[in-house]
Amino acid sequence: MARQQQHPRECAREVVLANPAGLHARPATAFVDRATKFKSDVVLIKDGREANGKSIMEILALGAEQGARLSLITRGPDARAALEALLELLETKLDET
Amino acid sequence: MKLQEFLFPTAFVPQLESVEKEGVIRELVGALAGAERIPKTRVSAVVGALLERERLGSTGIGKGIAVPHAKHRCVKRVVGTVGLSVRGVDFAALDGELVYVFFLLVSPVNSPEEHLGALELISETLKHGTFCSFLRQARSQQDLVDLSVEAAAVKNAR
Repeated sequence: MARQQQHPRECAREVVLANPAGLHARPATAFVDRATKFKSDVVLIKDGREANGKSIMEILALGAEQGARLSLITRGPDARAALEALLELLETKLDET
Repeated sequence: MKLQEFLFPTAFVPQLESVEKEGVIRELVGALAGAERIPKTRVSAVVGALLERERLGSTGIGKGIAVPHAKHRCVKRVVGTVGLSVRGVDFAALDGELVYVFFLLVSPVNSPEEHLGALELISETLKHGTFCSFLRQARSQQDLVDLSVEAAAVKNAR
């Protein structure tokens, strides 16, 4: 059995939040749902304030409104995939009613 | 915006009687009406709006906390209240745990920034220890202790 390579990597990207109502409870929930599917740690940063991307409460505490500039950082074995999946959510997929 | 601008102590319910979702929401909305923050004639409509929102996904955000919220025309500013349950409420929370602390918000329509600001303040406060320890003094209950310990740990990690 091949020994598993453990080279945690880090990916980061800036994103402008597209959702009209901001990152409120439902989109925050959707974000956490998706983030927790990955092994990597997920961090969202807004104005120097950092939130664990797997904690709804921490994300809500950012108070990210539409147009907010967020830094998304993923660290771990699936950092790249996590980054892409979560960017997609922040840029387009946070549907509103 | 500050917490005291939209959380009204006269509407706080330190000992919720109900142990199920609809009952808790009714108690808290009734308390807001009793405190004259929403019209008594609109209680049913507001309860309906809150339950409708819950159907889209529980507002039980985990760690024993829920933030039931809805928009309604009968308010011009965000109004909210706090409720505590000793026994815990099955709120279909995202982590599957019972809910002990409720922050219920009714927001005006067409004002997403106010709603977002209220959620931000509540979350930020719960992340830090102060408000949690206030809640703990109101009820010396292990779940509330755990909450404030968790909140303090998050704060220290920042």
